[in-house]
Amino acid sequence: MKIMVAVKRVIDYAVKIRVKPDKTGVETQNVKMSMNPFCEIALEEALRIKEGGMASEVVAVSMGPAQCVDTLRTGLAMGADRAIHVDATGPLYPLSVAKLFKALVELEKPGLLILGKQAIDDDCNQTGQMVAGLLGWPQGTFASKVVLDKEKQLATVDREVDGGLETLCMDLPAVITTDLRLNQPRYATLPNIMKAKSKVIKKYTPQELNIEIKSDLEVLQVTEPPKRKAGVIVSSVDELIDKLKNEAHVI
Amino acid sequence: MQKWRATRRLLLNSYSSKSRFDHPRSNPISDHSTTISRSSSGFESWTSRIHYRHLATATIQRNPAFSTLNSDDINHFKGILGDKNVIEDEDTLLFANTDWMRKYKGSSKLLLQPRTTQEVSEVLKYCNSRRLAVVPQGGNTGLVGGSVPVFDEVIINVGSMKQVISFDKVSGVLVCEAGCILENLVCFLDNQGFIMPLDLGAKGSCQIGGNVSTNAGGLRLVRYGSLHGTVLGIEAVLANGDVLDMLGTLRKDNTGYDLKHLFIGSEGSLGIVTKVSILTPPKLSSVNLAFLACKDYSSCQKLLFEAKRRLGEILSAFEFLDNESLNLALNHLEGVRNPLPPAMHNFYVLIETTGSDESYDKEKLEAFLLRSMEDGLISDGVIAQDINQASSFWRIREGVPEALMKAGAVYKYDLSLPVETMYNLVEEMRTILGNSAKVIGYGHLGDGNLHLNISTPQYDDVILAQIEPFVYEWTSKQRGSISAEHGLGLMKANKIFYSKSHETVQLMASIKKLMDPNGILNPYKVLPYSIVSYS
Repeated sequence: MKIMVAVKRVIDYAVKIRVKPDKTGVETQNVKMSMNPFCEIALEEALRIKEGGMASEVVAVSMGPAQCVDTLRTGLAMGADRAIHVDATGPLYPLSVAKLFKALVELEKPGLLILGKQAIDDDCNQTGQMVAGLLGWPQGTFASKVVLDKEKQLATVDREVDGGLETLCMDLPAVITTDLRLNQPRYATLPNIMKAKSKVIKKYTPQELNIEIKSDLEVLQVTEPPKRKAGVIVSSVDELIDKLKNEAHVI
Repeated sequence: MQKWRATRRLLLNSYSSKSRFDHPRSNPISDHSTTISRSSSGFESWTSRIHYRHLATATIQRNPAFSTLNSDDINHFKGILGDKNVIEDEDTLLFANTDWMRKYKGSSKLLLQPRTTQEVSEVLKYCNSRRLAVVPQGGNTGLVGGSVPVFDEVIINVGSMKQVISFDKVSGVLVCEAGCILENLVCFLDNQGFIMPLDLGAKGSCQIGGNVSTNAGGLRLVRYGSLHGTVLGIEAVLANGDVLDMLGTLRKDNTGYDLKHLFIGSEGSLGIVTKVSILTPPKLSSVNLAFLACKDYSSCQKLLFEAKRRLGEILSAFEFLDNESLNLALNHLEGVRNPLPPAMHNFYVLIETTGSDESYDKEKLEAFLLRSMEDGLISDGVIAQDINQASSFWRIREGVPEALMKAGAVYKYDLSLPVETMYNLVEEMRTILGNSAKVIGYGHLGDGNLHLNISTPQYDDVILAQIEPFVYEWTSKQRGSISAEHGLGLMKANKIFYSKSHETVQLMASIKKLMDPNGILNPYKVLPYSIVSYS
């Protein structure tokens, strides 16, 4: 069975984000970019499934400008067997990505498609669900545990939901999106980095996949959240009560 | 997303350097350190049960020439500083009287928090006239007992002087007050596109005035050099209250004797630093970090040699730790895991590069590492793929001192030695101590600086006798330094002769006497007590 994993190149999550002065977006020039943390977890899970003997090949896929290849190289260095880059400039919204994935899935025919639950730059949490809808595949989202049954071609997924944990059982092929507690991604070791240099990255364009990228969304403005106001130190309990009563109006 | 952010914050906080200074919950040392004994003269002796032995050969007595605090003094200070900044509250004093390692505990009754240089000047002038001994204090993160009182010296803490005065975006010159916390300066500079030229594990609590006064080294010295090079100017207050304004922001100024160097590294014994002007390097976008395993120490050395050649100008840190240090960190720190696949390695090296071109630097680093691996210098390694992975590698190296504190009692030595023979000391110590103690070695291999630490469940005089003076004599024979970056403080006040000649120390004593005739600034520390005598 082949596993396809989606990886997205995003601003490194430890970077302090700044909004561009013209409010059209976030500053991305000279800012460190890395693989989306949830995508790292997705790739790690795929690798573990392969190491457990349930899959034969892990294919990493990324969509975007040429620099996505760096992210794919990281994926290959972690242990993916080969990679696919869909070269697309301009903003890619989840529905376009989902349509592109549908086309790739029809080409590659994987038994499992694993994505991160959301990307940390747009926080959409939509792509996995949309692909599942387009393909007509079952979906196990917010996975915190995945167990595959090769014979019965089933996946049992524990999902993290607001009320606790929900366990689903679904037929393969299926779409899984990963949550934080699923696993701890491995580091890229030097021997693997060396091997990754000879692994194949195949390039496609949206035209080759017969997908037209158009967006129904337009970003009007991006602004920072209002700065938190400094706290005030009160000098007595009476003053505290007075402030709670007259300023905050909570008592 | 909120759940994700909250979890991330939890993860990040466990990596942040601030946690290094949370009071460890179960600290075997603090259980011992609160014993106070009364000497026959009636003065409360500061000694603790464990620490008494450290000065067995030179038990310090309180200098009778210093006056004792009286209520007039306190009122005078209140007049200068205002009531709020004159602190006699016991709980606050307990914290100010105890050092980070919980090894040294003074018995000061007064903590002063001046807010301006003028206030520092008036306070010192008064203390000098009354012959009241003082201890300048910043973040209180020093490791040799230099930041806390020995007896009842008045603590002058500059932590309230934390303004950034100016920053020149073109030249990168930052002028700020001495109480600015290093990490806050790093954040400030980050917004401007610059970084501080020094970085150390204590950055969440240490203050720049203290860094300058102790000539702090840290992780980036191999790239940016020492504070003697990066500090452009200092404003300091002398013992008699005179304010010495040497706060230049010029890169080059050859007019007369460059006195600021006297204050850099003199640990508060020649004056209190109140403002600092420092040259900050631009923040370069591409930072890469590799965590590597080497099979023996000579591979580490060869790796350093090769790194300086092949990585050249982009090398920004080169640290090493031995297997025992890694195990200690893995066992005692939370949220830390071994970056390398489980296997027995003897040494680990952290190599960091900082440059302006991401792909170029990464290629250069990868090529260097792969070649070193083919040459057999590295047996395995990982490269951090994002900032969080890099932080977790640094957490291991920066967290070793914290892990040592949690493991029990620590005998800590900070030595400059020739790189070729550095690790021999660790091995000899191991042979001498055998199973009675765990000996670990780690440090700034790029600067020839070994942090030798001996960990035992509890302090023991027998063990101490086996360590000292052997370590100092060994270092002296190699013409090394018995204190590479930690300073002399109280711990090594009588040890200077292992690394400096008599004539040199005599001149130091003359300078001290000239600048501080009454000896009120940080007494009993830095220079040997016998040399610095007062009538």
